[in-house]
Amino acid sequence: MSNTLRLTDEEQAMLGGEAGPGVQKAMEIVAALGQIYGAADLVPVASVQVAGVSYKNLGDAGLEFLQAWAREDPQGTRARVPATLNPAGMDLRTWRELGFPAGFARQQEAIIAAYTALGITPTCTCTPYQVGHVPRFGQHLAWAESSAVSYANSVLGARTNREGGPSALAAAITGRTARYGLHLDENRRATLIVDVHCPMTSEADLGALGYLTGRQVGNGVPYFRFHSLRPADCHLKALGAAMAASGAVALYHVEGMTPEAKDLDPIRAASCSAALCNPVVKRSGQSPSTPLHCGITSSPRDSISHGTPTVVVDDLTPGYAALNGTCEQIDLVSLGCPHASLEELQAIADYLDGRRVKAALWITTAYLTREVGLARGLVERIQAAGARVVADTCMVVAPVAALGFRTMATNSAKMAFYTPSHSGLSVRFGPMEQCLEAAVTGKWTVKRQASI
Amino acid sequence: MQLELQGRIIKSGTAEGIALVSALPIGFLGGVDPETGVVIEPGHPLEGQSVAGRVLVFPTGKGSTVGSYTLYRMALGGTAPAAILNAESEAIVAVGAIIGDIPMVDGIDISQIQTGDLVRLDADRITVER
Repeated sequence: MSNTLRLTDEEQAMLGGEAGPGVQKAMEIVAALGQIYGAADLVPVASVQVAGVSYKNLGDAGLEFLQAWAREDPQGTRARVPATLNPAGMDLRTWRELGFPAGFARQQEAIIAAYTALGITPTCTCTPYQVGHVPRFGQHLAWAESSAVSYANSVLGARTNREGGPSALAAAITGRTARYGLHLDENRRATLIVDVHCPMTSEADLGALGYLTGRQVGNGVPYFRFHSLRPADCHLKALGAAMAASGAVALYHVEGMTPEAKDLDPIRAASCSAALCNPVVKRSGQSPSTPLHCGITSSPRDSISHGTPTVVVDDLTPGYAALNGTCEQIDLVSLGCPHASLEELQAIADYLDGRRVKAALWITTAYLTREVGLARGLVERIQAAGARVVADTCMVVAPVAALGFRTMATNSAKMAFYTPSHSGLSVRFGPMEQCLEAAVTGKWTVKRQASI
Repeated sequence: MQLELQGRIIKSGTAEGIALVSALPIGFLGGVDPETGVVIEPGHPLEGQSVAGRVLVFPTGKGSTVGSYTLYRMALGGTAPAAILNAESEAIVAVGAIIGDIPMVDGIDISQIQTGDLVRLDADRITVER
Protein backbone atom coordinates (compact mmCIF):
# COMPACT_ATOMS: atom_id res chain seq x y z
CA MET A 1 0.00 0.00 0.00
CA SER A 2 1.18 3.50 -0.65
CA ASN A 3 2.36 5.66 2.22
CA THR A 4 1.07 8.97 0.96
CA LEU A 5 -1.50 9.35 3.75
CA ARG A 6 -0.44 11.88 6.42
CA LEU A 7 -2.02 11.48 9.82
CA THR A 8 -2.05 14.10 12.54
CA ASP A 9 -0.59 13.25 15.93
CA GLU A 10 -4.07 12.71 17.29
CA GLU A 11 -4.97 10.41 14.38
CA GLN A 12 -1.73 8.44 14.84
CA ALA A 13 -2.60 8.03 18.48
CA MET A 14 -6.06 6.73 17.58
CA LEU A 15 -4.50 4.25 15.17
CA GLY A 16 -2.09 3.17 17.88
CA GLY A 17 -4.91 2.32 20.25
CA GLU A 18 -4.49 5.25 22.63
CA ALA A 19 -8.18 6.11 22.40
CA GLY A 20 -9.24 2.51 22.95
CA PRO A 21 -9.68 -0.56 20.75
CA GLY A 22 -13.02 0.52 19.30
CA VAL A 23 -11.58 3.80 18.04
CA GLN A 24 -8.50 1.95 16.81
CA LYS A 25 -10.60 -0.39 14.69
CA ALA A 26 -12.52 2.58 13.29
CA MET A 27 -9.34 4.44 12.42
CA GLU A 28 -7.94 1.31 10.71
CA ILE A 29 -10.89 1.35 8.32
CA VAL A 30 -10.69 5.10 7.69
CA ALA A 31 -6.91 5.01 7.18
CA ALA A 32 -7.10 1.93 4.94
CA LEU A 33 -9.53 3.70 2.64
CA GLY A 34 -7.32 6.78 2.68
CA GLN A 35 -4.30 4.78 1.62
CA ILE A 36 -6.25 2.87 -1.02
CA TYR A 37 -7.60 6.04 -2.62
CA GLY A 38 -4.38 8.01 -2.37
CA ALA A 39 -5.77 10.61 0.02
CA ALA A 40 -3.22 13.16 1.23
CA ASP A 41 -4.82 13.27 4.63
CA LEU A 42 -8.06 12.84 6.54
CA VAL A 43 -10.72 15.52 6.78
CA PRO A 44 -12.87 16.19 9.85
CA VAL A 45 -16.53 15.67 9.07
CA ALA A 46 -19.47 17.76 10.18
CA SER A 47 -21.91 14.88 10.28
CA VAL A 48 -22.34 11.21 9.45
CA GLN A 49 -25.26 9.23 8.05
CA VAL A 50 -24.94 5.54 8.83
CA ALA A 51 -26.39 2.88 6.54
CA GLY A 52 -26.78 -0.80 7.33
CA VAL A 53 -29.62 -0.70 9.84
CA SER A 54 -32.33 -3.08 8.71
CA TYR A 55 -32.07 -6.58 10.11
CA LYS A 56 -33.17 -7.77 6.68
CA ASN A 57 -29.87 -6.43 5.29
CA LEU A 58 -27.50 -6.97 8.20
CA GLY A 59 -28.62 -10.38 9.31
CA ASP A 60 -27.19 -11.98 12.41
CA ALA A 61 -23.68 -11.51 11.00
CA GLY A 62 -24.11 -7.74 10.76
CA LEU A 63 -25.63 -7.48 14.24
CA GLU A 64 -22.75 -9.46 15.70
CA PHE A 65 -20.30 -7.19 13.84
CA LEU A 66 -21.85 -4.09 15.42
CA GLN A 67 -21.97 -5.55 18.90
CA ALA A 68 -18.37 -6.77 18.68
CA TRP A 69 -17.11 -3.33 17.65
CA ALA A 70 -17.86 -1.69 20.99
CA ARG A 71 -17.66 -4.78 23.20
CA GLU A 72 -14.12 -4.26 24.49
CA ASP A 73 -14.58 -0.57 25.25
CA PRO A 74 -18.22 0.54 25.25
CA GLN A 75 -17.52 3.87 26.97
CA GLY A 76 -14.76 4.87 24.61
CA THR A 77 -16.37 3.76 21.36
CA ARG A 78 -18.88 6.48 20.57
CA ALA A 79 -19.66 8.91 17.76
CA ARG A 80 -17.61 12.11 18.00
CA VAL A 81 -19.76 14.05 15.53
CA PRO A 82 -23.52 14.26 14.95
CA ALA A 83 -24.52 10.94 13.44
CA THR A 84 -27.88 9.80 12.16
CA LEU A 85 -29.30 6.48 11.11
CA ASN A 86 -30.81 5.00 7.98
CA PRO A 87 -34.24 3.37 7.97
CA ALA A 88 -34.68 0.18 9.96
CA GLY A 89 -36.53 -2.91 8.80
CA MET A 90 -39.75 -1.96 10.59
CA ASP A 91 -41.73 0.82 12.24
CA LEU A 92 -40.08 0.87 15.66
CA ARG A 93 -43.27 1.72 17.55
CA THR A 94 -46.12 0.09 15.59
CA TRP A 95 -44.44 -3.01 14.13
CA ARG A 96 -46.71 -5.41 15.96
CA GLU A 97 -49.97 -4.04 14.61
CA LEU A 98 -48.44 -3.82 11.10
CA GLY A 99 -47.74 -7.55 11.20
CA PHE A 100 -43.96 -7.66 11.38
CA PRO A 101 -42.71 -11.00 12.74
CA ALA A 102 -41.69 -10.95 16.41
CA GLY A 103 -38.37 -12.72 15.81
CA PHE A 104 -37.42 -10.11 13.23
CA ALA A 105 -38.47 -7.33 15.61
CA ARG A 106 -36.31 -8.65 18.43
CA GLN A 107 -33.19 -8.66 16.27
CA GLN A 108 -34.04 -5.27 14.79
CA GLU A 109 -34.39 -3.77 18.25
CA ALA A 110 -30.99 -5.20 19.16
CA ILE A 111 -29.47 -3.45 16.14
CA ILE A 112 -31.01 -0.11 17.11
CA ALA A 113 -29.76 -0.61 20.67
CA ALA A 114 -26.23 -1.31 19.39
CA TYR A 115 -26.22 1.89 17.31
CA THR A 116 -27.72 3.95 20.13
CA ALA A 117 -25.02 2.68 22.46
CA LEU A 118 -22.49 3.96 19.91
CA GLY A 119 -24.01 7.43 20.20
CA ILE A 120 -25.83 7.43 16.86
CA THR A 121 -29.22 9.18 16.84
CA PRO A 122 -31.89 6.70 15.67
CA THR A 123 -33.55 9.03 13.15
CA CYS A 124 -34.17 5.98 10.96
CA THR A 125 -34.68 7.97 7.78
CA CYS A 126 -32.97 8.14 4.40
CA THR A 127 -33.82 11.86 4.29
CA PRO A 128 -32.07 13.39 7.31
CA TYR A 129 -32.17 16.70 5.44
CA GLN A 130 -35.96 16.68 5.70
CA VAL A 131 -35.94 16.42 9.50
CA GLY A 132 -33.49 19.05 10.60
CA HIS A 133 -30.12 17.50 9.76
CA VAL A 134 -29.23 19.79 6.91
CA PRO A 135 -25.62 20.01 5.71
CA ARG A 136 -24.30 23.32 4.49
CA PHE A 137 -22.66 24.14 1.19
CA GLY A 138 -19.04 23.02 1.20
CA GLN A 139 -19.26 21.01 4.43
CA HIS A 140 -17.37 17.73 4.46
CA LEU A 141 -19.50 14.79 5.50
CA ALA A 142 -19.28 11.02 5.69
CA TRP A 143 -22.70 9.85 4.57
CA ALA A 144 -23.74 6.40 3.51
CA GLU A 145 -27.22 5.83 2.02
CA SER A 146 -26.87 6.44 -1.67
CA SER A 147 -29.89 8.69 -2.19
CA ALA A 148 -28.97 10.92 0.76
CA VAL A 149 -25.39 11.21 -0.51
CA SER A 150 -26.74 12.28 -3.88
CA TYR A 151 -28.99 14.92 -2.34
CA ALA A 152 -26.34 16.30 0.02
CA ASN A 153 -23.76 16.63 -2.74
CA SER A 154 -25.96 17.79 -5.57
CA VAL A 155 -28.78 19.83 -4.08
CA LEU A 156 -26.97 21.23 -1.05
CA GLY A 157 -23.42 21.38 -2.35
CA ALA A 158 -21.97 19.53 0.63
CA ARG A 159 -19.15 17.07 0.05
CA THR A 160 -19.28 13.36 0.70
CA ASN A 161 -18.30 10.15 -1.01
CA ARG A 162 -20.61 7.15 -1.13
CA GLU A 163 -19.38 5.71 2.12
CA GLY A 164 -20.02 2.04 2.80
CA GLY A 165 -22.13 1.32 5.88
CA PRO A 166 -19.15 0.31 8.04
CA SER A 167 -16.92 3.12 6.77
CA ALA A 168 -19.56 5.71 7.71
CA LEU A 169 -19.70 4.19 11.18
CA ALA A 170 -15.91 4.34 11.37
CA ALA A 171 -16.09 8.01 10.36
CA ALA A 172 -18.59 8.70 13.14
CA ILE A 173 -16.34 7.09 15.74
CA THR A 174 -13.19 8.88 14.58
CA GLY A 175 -14.84 12.10 13.43
CA ARG A 176 -12.94 11.88 10.17
CA THR A 177 -12.95 10.45 6.68
CA ALA A 178 -10.31 10.18 3.98
CA ARG A 179 -10.01 13.28 1.84
CA TYR A 180 -10.45 11.81 -1.64
CA GLY A 181 -13.08 11.61 -4.34
CA LEU A 182 -15.85 14.16 -3.98
CA HIS A 183 -14.11 16.02 -1.18
CA LEU A 184 -11.87 17.46 -3.89
CA ASP A 185 -12.89 20.18 -6.38
CA GLU A 186 -11.53 18.45 -9.44
CA ASN A 187 -13.74 15.40 -8.96
CA ARG A 188 -16.94 17.41 -8.73
CA ARG A 189 -17.07 18.50 -12.34
CA ALA A 190 -19.52 17.03 -14.79
CA THR A 191 -18.39 14.15 -16.95
CA LEU A 192 -21.50 13.78 -19.08
CA ILE A 193 -24.14 16.20 -20.28
CA VAL A 194 -27.64 14.77 -20.26
CA ASP A 195 -29.82 16.86 -22.52
CA VAL A 196 -33.43 15.99 -21.72
CA HIS A 197 -35.69 16.67 -24.66
CA CYS A 198 -38.73 14.63 -23.74
CA PRO A 199 -41.44 16.15 -21.55
CA MET A 200 -40.94 15.55 -17.81
CA THR A 201 -44.28 15.60 -16.07
CA SER A 202 -43.92 13.68 -12.79
CA GLU A 203 -41.54 12.40 -10.16
CA ALA A 204 -41.79 9.00 -11.88
CA ASP A 205 -40.45 10.56 -15.10
CA LEU A 206 -37.46 11.82 -13.12
CA GLY A 207 -37.04 8.36 -11.62
CA ALA A 208 -37.12 6.69 -15.04
CA LEU A 209 -34.61 9.25 -16.28
CA GLY A 210 -32.42 8.54 -13.27
CA TYR A 211 -32.61 4.80 -13.84
CA LEU A 212 -31.49 5.18 -17.46
CA THR A 213 -28.79 7.72 -16.62
CA GLY A 214 -27.40 5.67 -13.76
CA ARG A 215 -26.93 2.68 -16.02
CA GLN A 216 -25.27 4.87 -18.60
CA VAL A 217 -22.93 6.92 -16.48
CA GLY A 218 -21.92 4.49 -13.71
CA ASN A 219 -20.03 6.61 -11.20
CA GLY A 220 -19.72 9.66 -13.41
CA VAL A 221 -21.15 13.12 -12.72
CA PRO A 222 -24.12 13.90 -14.97
CA TYR A 223 -25.08 17.47 -15.81
CA PHE A 224 -28.76 17.76 -16.64
CA ARG A 225 -30.28 20.25 -18.99
CA PHE A 226 -34.04 20.35 -18.77
CA HIS A 227 -36.08 22.29 -21.27
CA SER A 228 -39.62 21.97 -19.99
CA LEU A 229 -39.24 21.55 -16.27
CA ARG A 230 -37.79 23.33 -13.28
CA PRO A 231 -37.39 20.35 -10.93
CA ALA A 232 -39.03 20.50 -7.53
CA ASP A 233 -37.56 18.84 -4.47
CA CYS A 234 -39.58 15.65 -4.91
CA HIS A 235 -38.24 15.42 -8.46
CA LEU A 236 -34.63 15.77 -7.34
CA LYS A 237 -35.11 13.19 -4.59
CA ALA A 238 -36.46 10.73 -7.17
CA LEU A 239 -33.75 11.48 -9.72
CA GLY A 240 -30.85 11.13 -7.30
CA ALA A 241 -32.20 7.98 -5.66
CA ALA A 242 -32.70 6.23 -8.99
CA MET A 243 -29.23 7.08 -10.31
CA ALA A 244 -27.59 5.94 -7.10
CA ALA A 245 -29.35 2.57 -7.34
CA SER A 246 -29.01 1.69 -11.02
CA GLY A 247 -25.57 3.24 -11.15
CA ALA A 248 -23.20 4.71 -8.61
CA VAL A 249 -23.94 8.38 -9.06
CA ALA A 250 -23.09 10.42 -5.99
CA LEU A 251 -23.17 13.87 -7.56
CA TYR A 252 -25.08 15.50 -10.37
CA HIS A 253 -25.72 19.05 -11.53
CA VAL A 254 -28.86 20.63 -12.88
CA GLU A 255 -28.28 23.60 -15.15
CA GLY A 256 -29.43 26.85 -13.66
CA MET A 257 -30.49 25.24 -10.43
CA THR A 258 -28.10 23.26 -8.27
CA PRO A 259 -25.48 25.33 -6.42
CA GLU A 260 -22.38 24.08 -8.18
CA ALA A 261 -23.97 24.27 -11.61
CA LYS A 262 -24.26 27.99 -11.10
CA ASP A 263 -21.03 28.75 -9.25
CA LEU A 264 -18.44 26.69 -11.06
CA ASP A 265 -17.79 25.89 -14.62
CA PRO A 266 -19.27 22.45 -14.26
CA ILE A 267 -18.16 20.99 -17.54
CA ARG A 268 -14.77 19.49 -17.80
CA ALA A 269 -13.35 18.41 -21.08
CA ALA A 270 -13.31 14.66 -21.15
CA SER A 271 -12.44 12.28 -23.90
CA CYS A 272 -15.45 10.34 -25.04
CA SER A 273 -14.69 6.93 -23.58
CA ALA A 274 -16.53 3.85 -24.66
CA ALA A 275 -17.70 3.26 -21.12
CA LEU A 276 -19.66 6.50 -21.12
CA CYS A 277 -21.00 6.48 -24.62
CA ASN A 278 -22.93 3.40 -25.42
CA PRO A 279 -25.40 4.40 -28.08
CA VAL A 280 -27.43 1.22 -28.09
CA VAL A 281 -29.16 0.55 -24.81
CA LYS A 282 -30.29 -3.04 -24.64
CA ARG A 283 -32.79 -4.37 -22.14
CA SER A 284 -33.47 -8.06 -21.78
CA GLY A 285 -36.67 -8.92 -23.53
CA GLN A 286 -36.75 -5.62 -25.36
CA SER A 287 -35.97 -5.11 -29.00
CA PRO A 288 -32.90 -2.93 -29.40
CA SER A 289 -33.80 0.69 -29.37
CA THR A 290 -31.75 3.82 -29.28
CA PRO A 291 -33.40 6.12 -26.80
CA LEU A 292 -30.05 7.53 -25.79
CA HIS A 293 -27.89 8.63 -28.61
CA CYS A 294 -24.52 10.10 -28.06
CA GLY A 295 -22.57 12.67 -29.92
CA ILE A 296 -19.74 15.02 -29.31
CA THR A 297 -21.39 18.38 -29.41
CA SER A 298 -20.51 21.88 -28.67
CA SER A 299 -23.27 24.36 -28.34
CA PRO A 300 -22.82 27.97 -29.31
CA ARG A 301 -24.87 29.03 -26.29
CA ASP A 302 -22.55 27.99 -23.52
CA SER A 303 -19.11 26.90 -22.55
CA ILE A 304 -19.11 23.21 -23.30
CA SER A 305 -15.75 22.12 -24.55
CA HIS A 306 -15.26 19.93 -27.53
CA GLY A 307 -14.94 16.38 -26.29
CA THR A 308 -17.45 16.57 -23.45
CA PRO A 309 -19.80 13.76 -24.19
CA THR A 310 -23.46 14.57 -24.50
CA VAL A 311 -26.34 12.17 -24.30
CA VAL A 312 -29.74 13.21 -25.55
CA VAL A 313 -32.75 11.68 -23.84
CA ASP A 314 -35.89 11.88 -25.92
CA ASP A 315 -37.73 8.80 -24.75
CA LEU A 316 -38.29 7.40 -21.27
CA THR A 317 -40.15 4.30 -22.45
CA PRO A 318 -37.17 1.95 -21.97
CA GLY A 319 -36.87 3.12 -18.38
CA TYR A 320 -40.54 2.49 -17.66
CA ALA A 321 -40.33 -0.86 -19.46
CA ALA A 322 -37.34 -2.00 -17.40
CA LEU A 323 -38.97 -1.00 -14.13
CA ASN A 324 -42.40 -2.51 -14.81
CA GLY A 325 -43.46 -6.11 -14.40
CA THR A 326 -46.72 -7.46 -15.73
CA CYS A 327 -48.84 -7.88 -12.61
CA GLU A 328 -52.36 -6.43 -12.63
CA GLN A 329 -53.61 -7.20 -9.12
CA ILE A 330 -51.80 -4.99 -6.66
CA ASP A 331 -51.36 -6.16 -3.04
CA LEU A 332 -49.37 -3.19 -1.78
CA VAL A 333 -48.89 0.37 -2.97
CA SER A 334 -45.68 1.76 -1.57
CA LEU A 335 -45.01 5.50 -1.56
CA GLY A 336 -42.23 7.35 0.18
CA CYS A 337 -38.93 6.16 -1.27
CA PRO A 338 -37.01 8.31 -0.44
CA HIS A 339 -39.07 9.14 2.65
CA ALA A 340 -42.14 11.26 2.05
CA SER A 341 -42.04 14.95 2.82
CA LEU A 342 -44.86 16.81 4.52
CA GLU A 343 -45.87 18.18 1.12
CA GLU A 344 -46.20 14.65 -0.24
CA LEU A 345 -48.29 13.62 2.77
CA GLN A 346 -50.50 16.63 2.06
CA ALA A 347 -50.95 15.67 -1.61
CA ILE A 348 -51.79 12.08 -0.66
CA ALA A 349 -54.30 13.18 1.98
CA ASP A 350 -55.95 15.48 -0.55
CA TYR A 351 -56.32 12.64 -3.06
CA LEU A 352 -57.63 10.16 -0.50
CA ASP A 353 -60.34 12.39 0.97
CA GLY A 354 -63.68 10.69 0.34
CA ARG A 355 -62.02 7.49 -0.96
CA ARG A 356 -61.25 4.03 0.44
CA VAL A 357 -58.35 1.83 -0.61
CA LYS A 358 -58.70 -1.82 -1.66
CA ALA A 359 -54.99 -2.59 -1.72
CA ALA A 360 -52.68 -1.93 1.21
CA LEU A 361 -51.27 1.58 0.87
CA TRP A 362 -48.21 2.28 2.98
CA ILE A 363 -46.60 5.70 2.90
CA THR A 364 -43.16 5.54 4.47
CA THR A 365 -41.63 8.56 6.11
CA ALA A 366 -39.47 9.72 8.99
CA TYR A 367 -40.92 9.46 12.48
CA LEU A 368 -40.64 13.22 12.93
CA THR A 369 -42.48 13.89 9.68
CA ARG A 370 -45.28 11.59 10.80
CA GLU A 371 -45.50 13.46 14.10
CA VAL A 372 -46.01 16.75 12.27
CA GLY A 373 -48.44 15.02 9.93
CA LEU A 374 -50.39 13.83 12.96
CA ALA A 375 -50.51 17.32 14.40
CA ARG A 376 -51.85 18.69 11.13
CA GLY A 377 -54.53 16.05 10.76
CA LEU A 378 -52.96 14.59 7.61
CA VAL A 379 -52.34 11.15 9.08
CA GLU A 380 -55.94 10.91 10.28
CA ARG A 381 -57.24 11.74 6.78
CA ILE A 382 -54.92 9.16 5.22
CA GLN A 383 -55.95 6.53 7.75
CA ALA A 384 -59.64 7.28 7.15
CA ALA A 385 -59.13 5.95 3.62
CA GLY A 386 -57.67 2.73 5.04
CA ALA A 387 -54.07 3.67 4.26
CA ARG A 388 -51.13 3.80 6.68
CA VAL A 389 -48.33 6.24 7.35
CA VAL A 390 -45.41 4.05 8.39
CA ALA A 391 -42.31 5.45 10.10
CA ASP A 392 -38.67 4.37 10.38
CA THR A 393 -38.64 1.99 7.44
CA CYS A 394 -39.36 1.47 3.77
CA MET A 395 -40.45 -1.38 1.60
CA VAL A 396 -36.95 -1.97 0.23
CA VAL A 397 -35.46 -2.76 3.65
CA ALA A 398 -38.57 -4.22 5.28
CA PRO A 399 -39.32 -7.96 4.92
CA VAL A 400 -42.24 -7.37 2.54
CA ALA A 401 -42.59 -10.97 1.44
CA ALA A 402 -42.83 -12.10 5.07
CA LEU A 403 -45.62 -9.54 5.48
CA GLY A 404 -47.60 -11.44 2.88
CA PHE A 405 -47.30 -9.13 -0.12
CA ARG A 406 -46.66 -10.54 -3.58
CA THR A 407 -47.21 -7.58 -5.91
CA MET A 408 -46.38 -3.91 -5.46
CA ALA A 409 -46.98 -0.59 -7.14
CA THR A 410 -44.65 2.33 -6.49
CA ASN A 411 -43.74 5.75 -7.85
CA SER A 412 -40.10 5.25 -6.88
CA ALA A 413 -37.68 4.05 -9.55
CA LYS A 414 -35.24 3.08 -6.80
CA MET A 415 -37.84 0.87 -5.17
CA ALA A 416 -39.03 -0.58 -8.48
CA PHE A 417 -35.43 -1.40 -9.35
CA TYR A 418 -34.56 -3.18 -6.09
CA THR A 419 -37.82 -4.90 -5.21
CA PRO A 420 -37.98 -7.83 -7.66
CA SER A 421 -34.50 -9.12 -6.78
CA HIS A 422 -34.24 -7.96 -3.18
CA SER A 423 -37.76 -8.80 -2.06
CA GLY A 424 -39.09 -11.19 -4.67
CA LEU A 425 -42.20 -9.16 -5.46
CA SER A 426 -43.55 -8.30 -8.88
CA VAL A 427 -43.63 -4.53 -9.39
CA ARG A 428 -45.50 -1.81 -11.26
CA PHE A 429 -43.99 1.67 -11.60
CA GLY A 430 -45.68 4.95 -12.44
CA PRO A 431 -46.47 8.41 -11.06
CA MET A 432 -48.07 8.92 -7.66
CA GLU A 433 -51.55 9.45 -8.99
CA GLN A 434 -51.45 6.21 -10.96
CA CYS A 435 -50.27 4.43 -7.82
CA LEU A 436 -53.00 5.99 -5.69
CA GLU A 437 -55.58 4.95 -8.23
CA ALA A 438 -54.20 1.38 -8.05
CA ALA A 439 -54.59 1.52 -4.28
CA VAL A 440 -58.26 2.46 -4.64
CA THR A 441 -59.13 -0.06 -7.37
CA GLY A 442 -56.69 -2.81 -6.41
CA LYS A 443 -55.56 -2.98 -10.04
CA TRP A 444 -52.87 -1.38 -12.18
CA THR A 445 -54.37 0.57 -15.05
CA VAL A 446 -52.23 1.34 -18.09
CA LYS A 447 -52.05 5.04 -18.77
CA ARG A 448 -50.45 7.31 -21.31
CA GLN A 449 -47.71 6.19 -23.66
CA ALA A 450 -44.73 7.08 -21.50
CA SER A 451 -45.79 4.77 -18.68
CA ILE A 452 -46.59 1.11 -19.08
CA MET B 1 -1.32 -19.60 -21.72
CA GLN B 2 -0.11 -17.82 -18.63
CA LEU B 3 -0.40 -14.14 -17.92
CA GLU B 4 0.83 -12.01 -15.04
CA LEU B 5 -0.94 -8.85 -13.93
CA GLN B 6 -0.17 -6.43 -11.17
CA GLY B 7 -2.64 -4.20 -9.41
CA ARG B 8 -3.16 -2.22 -6.23
CA ILE B 9 -3.93 -3.98 -2.97
CA ILE B 10 -7.31 -3.24 -1.45
CA LYS B 11 -7.23 -6.19 0.94
CA SER B 12 -4.06 -8.18 1.13
CA GLY B 13 -4.21 -11.95 0.92
CA THR B 14 -3.64 -15.04 -1.16
CA ALA B 15 -6.33 -16.87 -3.07
CA GLU B 16 -6.91 -19.18 -5.99
CA GLY B 17 -10.01 -19.94 -7.98
CA ILE B 18 -11.81 -20.05 -11.29
CA ALA B 19 -12.57 -16.63 -12.67
CA LEU B 20 -16.11 -15.36 -13.08
CA VAL B 21 -15.95 -12.22 -15.19
CA SER B 22 -18.57 -9.51 -15.60
CA ALA B 23 -18.18 -6.60 -17.98
CA LEU B 24 -20.79 -4.70 -15.99
CA PRO B 25 -20.67 -3.40 -12.41
CA ILE B 26 -22.05 -5.47 -9.56
CA GLY B 27 -24.24 -4.17 -6.74
CA PHE B 28 -24.21 -6.64 -3.89
CA LEU B 29 -27.28 -5.51 -1.99
CA GLY B 30 -30.19 -6.83 -3.97
CA GLY B 31 -27.90 -7.93 -6.79
CA VAL B 32 -26.51 -11.04 -5.12
CA ASP B 33 -28.32 -13.47 -2.81
CA PRO B 34 -26.11 -13.62 0.28
CA GLU B 35 -27.48 -17.04 1.27
CA THR B 36 -26.36 -18.73 -1.94
CA GLY B 37 -23.94 -16.33 -3.62
CA VAL B 38 -26.08 -16.33 -6.76
CA VAL B 39 -26.34 -13.16 -8.82
CA ILE B 40 -30.03 -12.22 -8.86
CA GLU B 41 -30.14 -8.80 -10.51
CA PRO B 42 -32.55 -9.16 -13.44
CA GLY B 43 -30.78 -8.78 -16.77
CA HIS B 44 -27.29 -8.85 -15.29
CA PRO B 45 -24.79 -10.77 -17.46
CA LEU B 46 -24.01 -13.02 -14.48
CA GLU B 47 -27.63 -13.55 -13.49
CA GLY B 48 -28.16 -17.07 -12.16
CA GLN B 49 -24.46 -17.76 -11.57
CA SER B 50 -22.92 -18.19 -8.14
CA VAL B 51 -19.92 -16.11 -7.09
CA ALA B 52 -19.13 -18.39 -4.13
CA GLY B 53 -15.51 -19.46 -4.17
CA ARG B 54 -14.87 -17.81 -7.54
CA VAL B 55 -12.34 -15.14 -8.36
CA LEU B 56 -14.91 -12.47 -9.12
CA VAL B 57 -13.79 -9.97 -11.75
CA PHE B 58 -15.80 -6.85 -12.54
CA PRO B 59 -15.16 -3.19 -13.39
CA THR B 60 -16.46 -1.57 -10.19
CA GLY B 61 -19.20 -1.69 -7.59
CA LYS B 62 -22.55 0.04 -7.79
CA GLY B 63 -25.81 0.44 -5.89
CA SER B 64 -26.52 0.47 -2.20
CA THR B 65 -23.96 1.50 0.38
CA VAL B 66 -25.21 -1.41 2.50
CA GLY B 67 -23.42 -3.70 0.01
CA SER B 68 -20.41 -3.79 2.34
CA TYR B 69 -22.48 -5.72 4.89
CA THR B 70 -23.81 -8.04 2.20
CA LEU B 71 -20.24 -9.01 1.33
CA TYR B 72 -19.46 -9.40 5.03
CA ARG B 73 -22.44 -11.73 5.49
CA MET B 74 -21.31 -13.76 2.51
CA ALA B 75 -17.78 -14.07 3.94
CA LEU B 76 -19.09 -15.36 7.23
CA GLY B 77 -21.60 -17.63 5.53
CA GLY B 78 -19.16 -19.17 3.08
CA THR B 79 -20.75 -17.76 -0.09
CA ALA B 80 -18.26 -14.98 -0.73
CA PRO B 81 -15.93 -14.90 -3.71
CA ALA B 82 -12.44 -16.34 -3.10
CA ALA B 83 -11.06 -13.00 -4.27
CA ILE B 84 -12.24 -9.82 -5.97
CA LEU B 85 -10.55 -8.09 -8.88
CA ASN B 86 -11.73 -4.68 -10.07
CA ALA B 87 -10.67 -2.29 -12.77
CA GLU B 88 -11.39 0.59 -10.40
CA SER B 89 -12.72 -0.09 -6.94
CA GLU B 90 -15.05 2.04 -4.89
CA ALA B 91 -15.52 2.22 -1.14
CA ILE B 92 -18.55 -0.04 -0.77
CA VAL B 93 -16.96 -3.20 -2.15
CA ALA B 94 -13.55 -2.23 -0.72
CA VAL B 95 -14.90 -1.92 2.82
CA GLY B 96 -16.83 -5.17 2.39
CA ALA B 97 -13.63 -6.92 1.35
CA ILE B 98 -11.69 -5.39 4.25
CA ILE B 99 -14.12 -6.36 7.00
CA GLY B 100 -14.93 -9.68 5.32
CA ASP B 101 -11.25 -10.53 4.86
CA ILE B 102 -11.70 -11.19 1.12
CA PRO B 103 -8.46 -10.64 -0.84
CA MET B 104 -9.03 -7.82 -3.28
CA VAL B 105 -6.96 -6.00 -5.88
CA ASP B 106 -7.90 -3.19 -8.24
CA GLY B 107 -6.21 -1.33 -11.07
CA ILE B 108 -6.44 -4.48 -13.18
CA ASP B 109 -7.12 -4.59 -16.91
CA ILE B 110 -10.04 -6.94 -16.52
CA SER B 111 -10.37 -7.49 -20.28
CA GLN B 112 -7.34 -9.78 -19.95
CA ILE B 113 -9.27 -12.31 -17.88
CA GLN B 114 -12.00 -14.65 -19.10
CA THR B 115 -14.57 -16.64 -17.21
CA GLY B 116 -13.12 -20.09 -16.63
CA ASP B 117 -9.49 -18.97 -16.28
CA LEU B 118 -7.57 -20.27 -13.30
CA VAL B 119 -6.51 -17.21 -11.33
CA ARG B 120 -4.04 -17.01 -8.46
CA LEU B 121 -3.68 -13.91 -6.32
CA ASP B 122 -0.82 -13.11 -3.98
CA ALA B 123 -0.85 -9.60 -2.53
CA ASP B 124 -0.82 -7.37 -5.67
CA ARG B 125 0.31 -10.06 -8.14
CA ILE B 126 -2.19 -11.93 -10.27
CA THR B 127 -1.45 -15.02 -12.33
CA VAL B 128 -3.96 -16.06 -15.00
CA GLU B 129 -3.88 -19.50 -16.64
CA ARG B 130 -6.06 -20.52 -19.54
